[in-house]
Amino acid sequence: MRLLKILAALLLLPAAVLAQDVQSVLQTHAEEAASPSRRSVGVLLADISASGAPETATFLERYRDREVWQRLSDGRFYYAEDTGDRTYTLIDIDTGAATEGVSADDLEQIRPNGGVQREIAGALVAFQLSDPDISRRRTAVEAIARSPSEDHLAPLRASVDTEPDPALKARKEQLADLLAATYGDTPEERIAAIEDLTGSLSVEVRAALNRILATEAGVATDLPEANIARVLEPGRDLTEAAAYGILVSEGLAQANPTDAEIYTALTQNIDGGTVAGVPVALLGDPAERLRAYDALAEAGAVPRRIPPEAIAGAVTSHVFFESYLEPDEAITDAARRVLSGIQTRVGLGQVADRTLDGLSLMSIYFLAAIGLAITFGVMGVINMAHGEFIMMGAYTGYVVQLFVPDYTLSLAIALPLAFVVTFGAGVALERSVIRFLYHRPLETLLATFGISIALQQLAKNIFGTQARPLTSPDWLAGAWAVNDVIQISYIRIAIFVLALIFLALLLFLLNRTRLGLEVRAVTQNPGMAASMGIDPDRINMLTFGLGSGIAGIAGVAIGLYAQVTSEMGSSYIVQSFMTVVVGGVGNVWGTLAGASLIGGLQKGIEWFNPSNTLAAQTYMVIFIILFIQFRPKGIVALKGRAAGD
Amino acid sequence: MTALTESEPRSHERGERARRPGATLLEVSGVSVTFDGFRAINNLSISIGEPELRAIIGPNGAGKTTFMDIVTGKTRPDEGRVLWGEKSLNLLKMSESEIARAGIGRKFQKPTVFEAQTVRANLAMALKAPRSPFDVLFFRPGPDVAARISELAAEIGLAGELDRLSGELSHGQKQWLEIGMLLAQDPRLLLVDEPAAGMTPAEREHTTDLLKRAAEKHAVVVVEHDMEFVRRLECRVTVLHEGSVLAEGSLDHVTRDQRVIDVYLGR
Amino acid sequence: MTDTPHSLGRKYPGGGRHGRAIGPSDNGDGEAAPPPAGRRADHGETGKPKYWVLGLLFLFCFAVTIMSEAAGTGTISTSFVKTLGKTLCLCLAAIAMDVVWGYTGILSLGHMAFFGLGGYMIGQWLMYARTEAIVLENLASQPIPATPQEIQNAIGSQIFGVVGSSDLPPIWGFAHSLTLQLALVVLVPGLLALVFGWLAFRSRVTGVYLSILTQAMTLALSLYLFQNDSGLRGNNGLSGLQNIPGHEQTSQAVISLAFFWASALAFAAGYLLFSWIVSGKMGSVIRGIRDNESRVRFLGYPVEGFKLFVFTLTAVVCGLAGALYYPQAGIINPAEIAPIASIYLAVWVAIGGRGRLYGAAIGAAFVSLLSSWFTGGGAPPLDLGFYRILWTDWWLVLLGLSFVLVTLFAPKGIGGLFDFLVRKPEADREGDYGPDAGSRRAEEGPEDEEART
Ligand SMILES: Nc1ncnc2c1ncn2[C@@H]1O[C@H](COP(=O)(O)OP(=O)(O)OP(=O)(O)O)[C@@H](O)[C@H]1O
Ligand SMILES: [Mg+2]
Repeated sequence: MRLLKILAALLLLPAAVLAQDVQSVLQTHAEEAASPSRRSVGVLLADISASGAPETATFLERYRDREVWQRLSDGRFYYAEDTGDRTYTLIDIDTGAATEGVSADDLEQIRPNGGVQREIAGALVAFQLSDPDISRRRTAVEAIARSPSEDHLAPLRASVDTEPDPALKARKEQLADLLAATYGDTPEERIAAIEDLTGSLSVEVRAALNRILATEAGVATDLPEANIARVLEPGRDLTEAAAYGILVSEGLAQANPTDAEIYTALTQNIDGGTVAGVPVALLGDPAERLRAYDALAEAGAVPRRIPPEAIAGAVTSHVFFESYLEPDEAITDAARRVLSGIQTRVGLGQVADRTLDGLSLMSIYFLAAIGLAITFGVMGVINMAHGEFIMMGAYTGYVVQLFVPDYTLSLAIALPLAFVVTFGAGVALERSVIRFLYHRPLETLLATFGISIALQQLAKNIFGTQARPLTSPDWLAGAWAVNDVIQISYIRIAIFVLALIFLALLLFLLNRTRLGLEVRAVTQNPGMAASMGIDPDRINMLTFGLGSGIAGIAGVAIGLYAQVTSEMGSSYIVQSFMTVVVGGVGNVWGTLAGASLIGGLQKGIEWFNPSNTLAAQTYMVIFIILFIQFRPKGIVALKGRAAGD
Repeated sequence: MTALTESEPRSHERGERARRPGATLLEVSGVSVTFDGFRAINNLSISIGEPELRAIIGPNGAGKTTFMDIVTGKTRPDEGRVLWGEKSLNLLKMSESEIARAGIGRKFQKPTVFEAQTVRANLAMALKAPRSPFDVLFFRPGPDVAARISELAAEIGLAGELDRLSGELSHGQKQWLEIGMLLAQDPRLLLVDEPAAGMTPAEREHTTDLLKRAAEKHAVVVVEHDMEFVRRLECRVTVLHEGSVLAEGSLDHVTRDQRVIDVYLGR
Repeated sequence: MTDTPHSLGRKYPGGGRHGRAIGPSDNGDGEAAPPPAGRRADHGETGKPKYWVLGLLFLFCFAVTIMSEAAGTGTISTSFVKTLGKTLCLCLAAIAMDVVWGYTGILSLGHMAFFGLGGYMIGQWLMYARTEAIVLENLASQPIPATPQEIQNAIGSQIFGVVGSSDLPPIWGFAHSLTLQLALVVLVPGLLALVFGWLAFRSRVTGVYLSILTQAMTLALSLYLFQNDSGLRGNNGLSGLQNIPGHEQTSQAVISLAFFWASALAFAAGYLLFSWIVSGKMGSVIRGIRDNESRVRFLGYPVEGFKLFVFTLTAVVCGLAGALYYPQAGIINPAEIAPIASIYLAVWVAIGGRGRLYGAAIGAAFVSLLSSWFTGGGAPPLDLGFYRILWTDWWLVLLGLSFVLVTLFAPKGIGGLFDFLVRKPEADREGDYGPDAGSRRAEEGPEDEEART
């Protein structure tokens, strides 16, 4: 426990008392410094750590890494740089002053051995853990967390008490527990440490516990006196072939020749068109192959095949088990208990995380579909170019960023600008095409599809085929981490908020304003509305523009989180239509319900098969097809003639 | 039953030339329909015999068309029973096309013919024949079909228009075509919604004759606002009001009913 | 709030067919239009087979044969013969689409998926049989003859090496047999259409809803095929299909001509079949369904059965067309099944002219050939002085816009031009445009509206 002594020295020494430079400490212990030994280097390290010299940390690092040399002529220590021709440039440890052209003959490298290196590292960590600069302390703690080792335990524990920062202190305590769980001296100490870890969700805690619970497979004729994790039953936990494979690899049984080995053996023993009397031409038959092989084995040319009974017998006469590497049962029990508790909480956390994920997917679908809910749902116009309006919005954001380098500002400009651009595009589309096709939905579908491919290709011609980035401002960059399991990126939160804002805005607009009233009047009975002084043309135009404008804003939002390509719209269009259809046409709440169902469902399916989002989408679409069977009018169905008022 | 249905002796006892209804063909009992809280049909019960000619009158919105919708399977009632034929088939469990194949034909209030097709094609489509896709696919019209179509066309006064697109016909001609399609189906029960609308007096007379002739063998239900027309039908009359039967009996009987006068005929 | 939804959408006064907004293509307002003098009832769509179509086709095939490389003249390259053969397959798919859309009023955005499925089914045999031949050849040089299992494994790893697997999935169980795989060409698209159609028609989904639903089906199918573990090689698709097993020695010039003729015969057969279907009473009923579905129902016809029949039959024909197309194309991958392909099919039919079979075929041939000419770099760039228009970049823009123009100004498509040639132009009447009724026609659509009041 030399380290403890060093630490004691370190902590007891009032820092300001003697500010020595490193060189003078080294000179005090010159002999030890020049050829350090594991046992005695402690004093030197303690003195250096206590010196208060600013170069201490650097020196310890370089000392450990064998970068310190001694000049024989004066016995002083330097860092040295090889300049070729067997000459070196010496650098003073404290001042950094360089001396060039020193001959190699006058120098000796100090090469601490592995044990000493560990001692130095320990001193270094201890030193850093008590560094007045909190960021240094933090770095040291994280370094320990990254590569935990036995040696860190003592300095870490020692530094806990004097840690002024409460967060860092907690972190140190946890890390100390983590180390103690594995490296503690006594089983009691380790168990106590393990139990202290209860409830922590961090990955490193789980990793540490799993490390304690690491097992290895074993086989024996009788179950040995070891810390057995579980007994493997051939046929249930592992196949007979696998069990036999273990026996073979343990040298407890003889290997059965594989098909490939039989094949090789046969090819090597072809003799004048036959193998052991079996004509080669017959060897396309697996049974004949075995017959020939057995004949070869009979003749002693190849090892015999093991008959299945023998394999079964060998397997049944052994027990296969997994045993913990950790011999102490009490410790593994404690670790298992704590780990299973943690895993339950992790499971819950993951459910919460998925839910958040689903929520954010939902809001994305909602944003993509809400414009459509107006044009398709409220007006009954099916606009296949809706996806391209999303794309247009995203490209607007991209172009704004080309001119306005400040991302916050550019976002503030892009959102309204995207609305204006796509609003204009929507109005143009409505005036030039759609108004001639009202009440002919299938023709509208095809005409707007033409617009869609034209716009997509146009975007390709202008912006190229590669994806363009839409960078979010820094304050949207990170993720909000509730704990190690539940995290959600700020962008997704922002999109969620945006979706909420739009929901509120639209509900207000359609239900509480004059415009909303007129929109509903016109779509229900344009003739009557016109006779009451509402201009249906104007209203249709505005409504369509509104739906398109919202698509543009959705485009900016989606562009922030995904990439901007000319095809981004088409990847949302089918989902958007299904969102509207599933939710129930003509109703903002329906769209919300549809988005929730589709987003939630997709995440739900992904949950069962996380690796395969394509499969998730496939099943989701199939589900929607079936869903529409049973609720053709969507979730929020509007009934009868009176719907809408 | 809120309405007075049978407070008077039956019409034939009063010496009118109404046929005695045969066995009950259609039995509607206790049917109600609600549209978004609005009760369009309220505990309605009507039964039609075979053969029988029945007129249904009532103010706008009384539920006359809705009654036909229910019988033809277009609207599903919330409660009640609709039974059909000798075997008392439950019409509520059948689809529109099954009901039509069971022998219920309908002429819509607003003439609905296939405007993009010729008069002949319209009649041919309606003509009684097996209806399944394969039957239709392999259907080869024989001479009897052509003869039947000409006969029908002559009956409805469209003999000269057989090869014209029915969309080109006048409103009255479309009415006739639809009546022709109804006859072509040769149903057991004919539901005829306002057949006389848009017809000249002579045509109305012709329509009356047609319906009366059909009613010799079949059950015929006619909805009509034109009282003269109804009178000429000389049949039993049911007055609907707010979704239920207000009065039933001979035309003279119901027109004397004070409530009928109040809600429908006016003073 | 929920009770006061802003659902408008559905209620157009008088319903779709009578309350149409006046647009450039809308010169008749339906019922009130007086009959034009001398108008004959024989309509473009009554669908008696136009034998001149078949005559032209036959002449064309003959000309191509004489000019092909196989005949030695070589005026037409082998690859162009393939293009023509493929075009004929597309024409076949287009007339099927015309029957289902132009005549029956179901705008299916899934028929190219059936086309692709047919291709996949025949592709399985082509790829398996060819790989088997290669594998047997390789294994023949081995000292010991291979076991059936070894052959199977070798084929498996040869075909599935690209997706990191070596087992033949169960869906390849029939791939060794041309007969079985040909049966699947019919059965797989047919069954899919039958099941999907049954579900969709049963719940009376119509109009745009049905289109979106079919599009969803197509999307699901293509997404499924994009997966590596779909058993059909993920996005690699099936390739090398131009090599016909058993005909390794035959030159591609001859093979291409054979497929060209097969495609032509298939087209002719399809044309006759569909002409037969759309003529006579069947045609009358399906056009009735298109124009007024519920009226047909009240006449006693089981509308769902008719729709299902047409949907499934056209799906099967599309599958067969695909089975002829992909051996000429040489490769099939899931992108071919994506919804966009089916939308293009609808575009061809619309440009060619709905409701007349030859129109659909002309549309498919015209647009697809033009498309390959433009995208293949055949069209010379257009120099505007300040900008050079490269057609590979601008063709889609042109196509998209021209499609809008056709919808707006020439709803009868190219086929409509024939009316000008053959007889006086007819006034536009109801029904010429196909089903324009509101999207939820079954429940509260226009004809219901008409029927009641
Ligand atoms: N699908 C529906 N949705 C909502 N209300 C309906 C529906 N069908 C019918 N109604 C209502 O039911 C009532 C009865 O309508 P119906 O068409 O049966 O009247 P009618 O007796 O035929 O009148 P008219 O003499 O004008 O033809 C009307 O008030 C109508 O608004
Ligand atoms: Mg009525």
